Amino acid sequence: MTRKLKKTGLIISLSFLILFLLSATWLLAGGDLLIKNATILTVTGSVIPNGDVLVINGVIKQIGQNITAPAGTRIIEANGRYLMPGIIDTHTHIALSGTNEGTDAVTPEVTMAEVVNADDTSIFTALSGGVTMVHTMHGSANVIGGTNVVLKLKWGKPSEELIVKEAYPTLKFALGENVKQSNRTLLPGRPQRYPATRMGANALIRTELMRAKDYIATWDRYEQLKKSKNPPANLLPPRKDLRLEALADLLRGKLIARCHAYVAPEMIEFLNLSKEFGFKIGAFEHAWEAYKITNELKAAGVGISVFIDSWAYKMEAAEGIAYNAAYCTKKGILVSINSDSGERIRRLFNEAGKAVKYGLTQDEALKLITINAAKQLGVDRLVGSIEVGKQADLALFSRHPLSAYTRCEMTIIEGDVYFDREALIKERAGASAQKGGLS
Amino acid sequence: MKLTRMTPASLKNKTQLVFMAALLCLGLGSLYSLPLSAAVQTEDKAEVIAIVGAKIVPVTGQIIDSGSILIKDGRIVDLGANVSIPAGARVIEARGLTAYPGMIDSYSWLGLEEISGVRATVDNRETGRVNPQVKAIEALRYDSMHIPIARANGIVAAVVAPSGGLISGQSTLIKLDGWTNREMVIKESLAMIIELPAIRRSRGGFSGFRGQQPQVTTEKTLDELRQIFKKARMYEKRREAARKNSLLPLPEFDEASHFLLPVVKGELPVIFSVHADKDILQTIKFVQEEKIKAIFYGVEQGFKVAQEIKEAGIPCIIGSLYSLPPVWEDGYDALFLNPVILNQAGVKIAFSSSSASTAKDLPYQAAKAAAFGLKPEEALKAVTIYPAEIFGVDKLLGSLEPGKTASLVLADGDLLELGTKIQKVFIDGKEVSLENRYTELLKKFEQREVNK
Repeated sequence: MTRKLKKTGLIISLSFLILFLLSATWLLAGGDLLIKNATILTVTGSVIPNGDVLVINGVIKQIGQNITAPAGTRIIEANGRYLMPGIIDTHTHIALSGTNEGTDAVTPEVTMAEVVNADDTSIFTALSGGVTMVHTMHGSANVIGGTNVVLKLKWGKPSEELIVKEAYPTLKFALGENVKQSNRTLLPGRPQRYPATRMGANALIRTELMRAKDYIATWDRYEQLKKSKNPPANLLPPRKDLRLEALADLLRGKLIARCHAYVAPEMIEFLNLSKEFGFKIGAFEHAWEAYKITNELKAAGVGISVFIDSWAYKMEAAEGIAYNAAYCTKKGILVSINSDSGERIRRLFNEAGKAVKYGLTQDEALKLITINAAKQLGVDRLVGSIEVGKQADLALFSRHPLSAYTRCEMTIIEGDVYFDREALIKERAGASAQKGGLS
Repeated sequence: MKLTRMTPASLKNKTQLVFMAALLCLGLGSLYSLPLSAAVQTEDKAEVIAIVGAKIVPVTGQIIDSGSILIKDGRIVDLGANVSIPAGARVIEARGLTAYPGMIDSYSWLGLEEISGVRATVDNRETGRVNPQVKAIEALRYDSMHIPIARANGIVAAVVAPSGGLISGQSTLIKLDGWTNREMVIKESLAMIIELPAIRRSRGGFSGFRGQQPQVTTEKTLDELRQIFKKARMYEKRREAARKNSLLPLPEFDEASHFLLPVVKGELPVIFSVHADKDILQTIKFVQEEKIKAIFYGVEQGFKVAQEIKEAGIPCIIGSLYSLPPVWEDGYDALFLNPVILNQAGVKIAFSSSSASTAKDLPYQAAKAAAFGLKPEEALKAVTIYPAEIFGVDKLLGSLEPGKTASLVLADGDLLELGTKIQKVFIDGKEVSLENRYTELLKKFEQREVNK
């Protein structure tokens, strides 16, 4: 009896071990692929007509012509179609089970990484438009929102596997109409939340950062006393405050600000705040009036994450010109095009295509949704271009991705195919045949 | 100045009065004769514009690799590979450019909505459910900042539609040029807009479906419409009877019935905003029973009943493709395939921006369907000749043909392509400015660099 139990126990634990090892190899290694005869838009290098890309363990191993793959490797025949790096969206709110902790004007303690929803169908929608990575953010309901998260759109995988740990940790700030709640009808009996003006928003940020400075000083004093030769007998640590911890991290350079801003003065003042307190700004979000202050943005080295031409939906977007992205790019500002939408996300390549009309070359326009975005998220050594050694996040298009007539055919993340239009259509035909048989 | 101060009392004698009257008559006479003499003059002296060396895509005819277009009195008088250019013509060299007919946006809010989030600038949605009396043309902000932007993308005409409620009001068809709303009119009252319930969406998301979720079924809504139409017919009967028999009292004036008369008589078409397959079928039945002229708008699930729509002979204005399929199970590409399937079934389709601020994206709406299988030439027709036919203005617009208005575009590439730059736009033979809010603000802030 006991021997039998022991044996069963052994079998169970062995099978767990095998399962663990199997899943571990899954975690470690991405897919193997050979993509043949593609027009390769490398983004950082020149266009390779009729090129092959070999992917081993999810990483680009070789780019060139007439590459042979190890036996058993899946081969994808591109037939001259266009292969580009997976598209990166620097500003979305998809795949989250919560967007705005808007009950308070200051909530840096909330963390989007804790509310990732890997079942959101927006992930599939995004994949169908060649998007492989998103910076999914806290909303703009309050002045200081929460920390954002960068995800790879591994549809079907659990939330933890989507999170890109190598990306910059970023903290959402927001200015203007949304935070002053100017487009909201006040419910009777409910007071207007502070701040209700741009003055208030700026003052609030300054006050909170001064508090955070004091908080750092209080802790520093405590640590010094603790380390001293004769620490006071009654030395107690200061009270932990998660809200101030997050802001202290911003001041310590461990978090980078991403600031939702529309009009020129609010951007200039946020740049001043960053100088005053010595924190880093990753990018301005939306930044519709960036073209008015290219000198200041250039001098500060701050990029922008913008729409190409979705505008005039509120007063602060009424001077948002479609030339913004192209003009700022030409002035040497790092620009990315974002969707901020679970719908527009599937046509980011169309949005980039419009930048050509407004003055960019095709090469420059492609960068807006690939390498520039990767740089803004701090992942440009991993993704954002087709280069040997980078992760094989790729998108295959029927025609040049900047053409209005193009269509995404396949989306690949780390060598694994997550969207395959041809397979999908076959599946559909099968499903309808089955349905026909039943009815 | 002098005339305004003159009153009959100030006139010294009768002779002066007679003299003034004669002067007035002369003045009036010459005023009346002015249009006539102008017309006579233009016979020989009107400017002839000759666009030469362009690739010409007439849409209704064969593409001409290199040819000329002659414009006179706002009309195309000739076009082809071997057109002789009359002496004195203003020649526009168009080598390397392609001439297309200007595009028609089949459903927009141009001039009714400036900044969607600022209520003071929004005029497209009247309160209440039944508003056949409201007319888009009467609220049209003719100097809307969105109009020159749309024009700079090659759009020359647009349907402007009121929305909201059940009967939203009367849409108008305008050309995108004119100093007043009335100067822009092509068809003052184009069609009545009736909005049937939307498809109830299961998903929303951060920027998902923003419209109202339907509270009632289409079946019930059509019943309500039947009652409204019946009331209008009864109203007309009683008015008719009272006109014939002076002993009968006139029925009390009924606004809704009065303004619905052209609809129930089958004179004014209705644009039905209709979405789900089953609702489309019910609406076809309704249209046939009520004997009204109908155009469908939205038709997101039209692909499921394409054959029925074709048989009913009802043209379809495709709603914005910048939207997610309302039913997830229809497939991620359902909205993109929808116009393809409708077109293949023989339904006459036209694309729309369904917007004011993105009206300029009309060509890309058409190209999106082309990316999913619509023939590029059909995509082009669905923003030019098809809408012209649907709205009964194909004698004026929609293709490059002698006799039609010279509302055309010179582009440096494919009209529907994202990177293409529109070089010139003519509306009714007049070259219009391509300056707009984008270019003006860009120029203004470029000065910052120049002045430094």
